[in-house]
Amino acid sequence: MAYDPIHQFQIQKLIPIEVGGVDFSFTNASLFMVLTVAGASAFLILSTRGRGLVPSRWQSAAELTYEFIAQTLRESTGSDGMRFFPFVFSLFMFILVANLWGMFPYFFTVTSHIVITGAMAVMVILMVVGFGLWRHKFGFFQLFVPRGVPVVILPFIVVIEILSFLSRPLSLSIRLFANMLAGHITLKVFAGFVTALASLGAIGVLGAILPLFATVALTALEFLVAALQAYVFAILTSLYLNDALHPSH
Amino acid sequence: MDDRNAKPGPSVDRDDRDDRELAERLHALERELDKGRAARDTEASRDAAPARPGMALGLRLAADFVAGVVLGAALGWGLDRLLGTSPWGLVVFLLLGFAAGILNAMRSAGLLKPGPPGPDDRPG
Repeated sequence: MAYDPIHQFQIQKLIPIEVGGVDFSFTNASLFMVLTVAGASAFLILSTRGRGLVPSRWQSAAELTYEFIAQTLRESTGSDGMRFFPFVFSLFMFILVANLWGMFPYFFTVTSHIVITGAMAVMVILMVVGFGLWRHKFGFFQLFVPRGVPVVILPFIVVIEILSFLSRPLSLSIRLFANMLAGHITLKVFAGFVTALASLGAIGVLGAILPLFATVALTALEFLVAALQAYVFAILTSLYLNDALHPSH
Repeated sequence: MDDRNAKPGPSVDRDDRDDRELAERLHALERELDKGRAARDTEASRDAAPARPGMALGLRLAADFVAGVVLGAALGWGLDRLLGTSPWGLVVFLLLGFAAGILNAMRSAGLLKPGPPGPDDRPG
């Protein structure tokens, strides 16, 4: 078990709950989702409690995240898209905090499970479709009809565009989940090399130096990936929301 | 410290003038900001995905491409199951999914501009 790089992703029931034959158990995934929400809320509420005109360090950090996401959203959707700000900001904070919790040793990484990233991606795409249909009625479908295409091949193009649109939640969820999964497995494997080599005696200890450095470097890289993937999810969400706001291709 | 409080007369006047000046400056700033906002709205750049270093870009393009192919295959397989048209649904939709995957990847690489520069002033 010690060297099994997959073991960290196993779901364990902490409090078994079953209602009418359906499993509602409180698992380690649930625990870390609760921790994520608690962590994000604590960060934002506690850091903005002072409401200083001259922000403290914590307040400044909270304001930076706010400004950052607000700017991202505004740049890709215009001021009109700011109505989605609470949604995009919540997604960003949830993913960021979940990724960062996952950086603690022995902690569970919520975003390394495709069920969770998939649920978020489906939420995004349902919001895009729902809002697009509500705002533009039938006009939303011109998203699938690019202009300047000969009539002969238009049906093919439309089908391809629809497929491309439907594959968005898939690529959105795969990207986040694959990044977190691959990163954590790599980290675990390299860390496993260190212990395995070090147990071989003096030469092994020498040989373990390289993977040890690799582990340190990978940890830094993982922190980068944790923040970057949260940002990528947020910016892609805003790009998709932009399609709902301005469907003309 | 004390002599600042000692002469209230002129400082009240100055405060008043300062207030008016400040209000004017605020208005000017507001106008400037409005200008900026309007510019931002008109150029609300469609696919402003920023350039990122290789690894992240590679994973991103791979995910985009794979998503298209997987979705096409899944749709085709599902249609075959429903309509009993095996294997034609899988064949056709896998190819269409492949095309959609390429489209995804090209779009997120920024190689594809959204449509020709036509009359882009539809309400929306």
